[in-house]
Amino acid sequence: MVVRVRLRVDPIKCKAHGMCGELFPERIRMDDWGYPVIDQRVLPDDLLDLARRAVADCPRTALRLDPLDEPGARERPDDPD
Amino acid sequence: MDAADTEQRLLPSRPVPEDLDAHLAAFGPRPRVDSIAMIDALEQSGLRGRGGADFPTGVKWRAVRDHHETRGGDAVVVANAAECEPASFKDRYLLTHRPHLVLDGLEHAAEAVGARRVIIFTTRAHGDVEAGLRAAITERRRRDGIDTFIEVQVGPNRYVVGEETALISRVSGHLAKPKVVPPRPFQSGIDHLPTLVQNVETLAHAALVARFGAAWFRSAGTRRSPGTALLTVSGAVATPGVVEVACDEPVGAIVDRAGGTDGEPAAVLLGGYFGRWVAADRLWNQTIDADSLRSVGATLGTGVLVVAPATMCGISETDRVLTFLAGQSAGQCGPCHVGLPAIADTFHKVATGRARPAALDLLVRWSHDIRGRGACRHPDGAMLFLASAMDVFSADLRHHLKHGACRFSGQPALLPVPATEAGWW
Repeated sequence: MVVRVRLRVDPIKCKAHGMCGELFPERIRMDDWGYPVIDQRVLPDDLLDLARRAVADCPRTALRLDPLDEPGARERPDDPD
Repeated sequence: MDAADTEQRLLPSRPVPEDLDAHLAAFGPRPRVDSIAMIDALEQSGLRGRGGADFPTGVKWRAVRDHHETRGGDAVVVANAAECEPASFKDRYLLTHRPHLVLDGLEHAAEAVGARRVIIFTTRAHGDVEAGLRAAITERRRRDGIDTFIEVQVGPNRYVVGEETALISRVSGHLAKPKVVPPRPFQSGIDHLPTLVQNVETLAHAALVARFGAAWFRSAGTRRSPGTALLTVSGAVATPGVVEVACDEPVGAIVDRAGGTDGEPAAVLLGGYFGRWVAADRLWNQTIDADSLRSVGATLGTGVLVVAPATMCGISETDRVLTFLAGQSAGQCGPCHVGLPAIADTFHKVATGRARPAALDLLVRWSHDIRGRGACRHPDGAMLFLASAMDVFSADLRHHLKHGACRFSGQPALLPVPATEAGWW
């Protein structure tokens, strides 16, 4: 079964090293302060290797690939009250 | 008295704090309601969270209960009385006048989701509220038949502390800073247990749904926004204060309840500092239900309604609040703790006539850039506020850019910006 994934950054872990933007400019650009802005669209197969490389090389392990149907990804029963 | 028929549902008819005897005289003892029946009634009632997010309460309770049941173990329920919104005091007003209705709702929540740990959370800035709560809890414990042990927990008074994950961090023994979700609180909250965090006004409504039912709850308001709501009305009104209104009442009528406007109104800030400025003439005849407010780009948010007179400088007010919000960042996420001060600083330069015209484009680009990029929604909320100010006060903004302060800039501040408490514990 093909698992659809998207790229996400943990904004608390991220300390703007900037590796991901260098490695994967197809889906990651840097804002004016050097923090990554991630394209949230589902990743097509031909970009998966580049995405995995960017994830593996993040010095803060802040980048990850999330399956789209992870628990809590779509339902938000506990948004701030 | 039949509380079910009055328009004032949450607030007592006389503004006097209600002790347990007065509470029992008004409402009778808290009914025992089966867990499933309680959550069904909440879902049918259409009650939504009154802490700002407007999320369906029944769905939230069910998520905690289901997660807890499938996982086994325990769950935690927290009444959120942090009320860190500077222009809001409706939660404290409710807790001061009807503490037992809130505690009833909290006990219903604990029973419905199966929580053994029951907490009410407030901040050190609200010391009188904390003392009143402790007294009310003691009163209940001395009375036969009311035996739930309710803990009072206190954290720092910072803007983001009322956010669920920040509150959960603090009660779990960490600094009161937001966390990345998922896991969401219903999956893993206080001490990794499924956790329900619910605003105190919402809990008081839930206590009334338990007593009078979903159909009664829906007898006020609209289909999408049923019931009544507590609003904190301030600014250019004759008698600022907390009012309880049906959710289909127009803004103009609500302002009349606060004594009417004091001078010609120019704009209204609705929803708090994550809310929106709206031109007064666009908003005046709108009802406060979600559909009606959405049509003018607003939400009720935390129930803050500030009437701005024509003699107010919207740019100076926005400048102060933006600087406050930038200082309230928990300092965890770059786009928030680096981006917000940069945006606030640039806006301040515009407000004081020390910026180039290109600064406006930069503000627009930056404000879009940082949305959705924090662990919590602090940057998103601040940017909604900023965007609405740049829209509603666009002529004033151009005046400031060119000439600096306007003739109203020196007026006393309309919007409160409290000093920031040191530390996150």
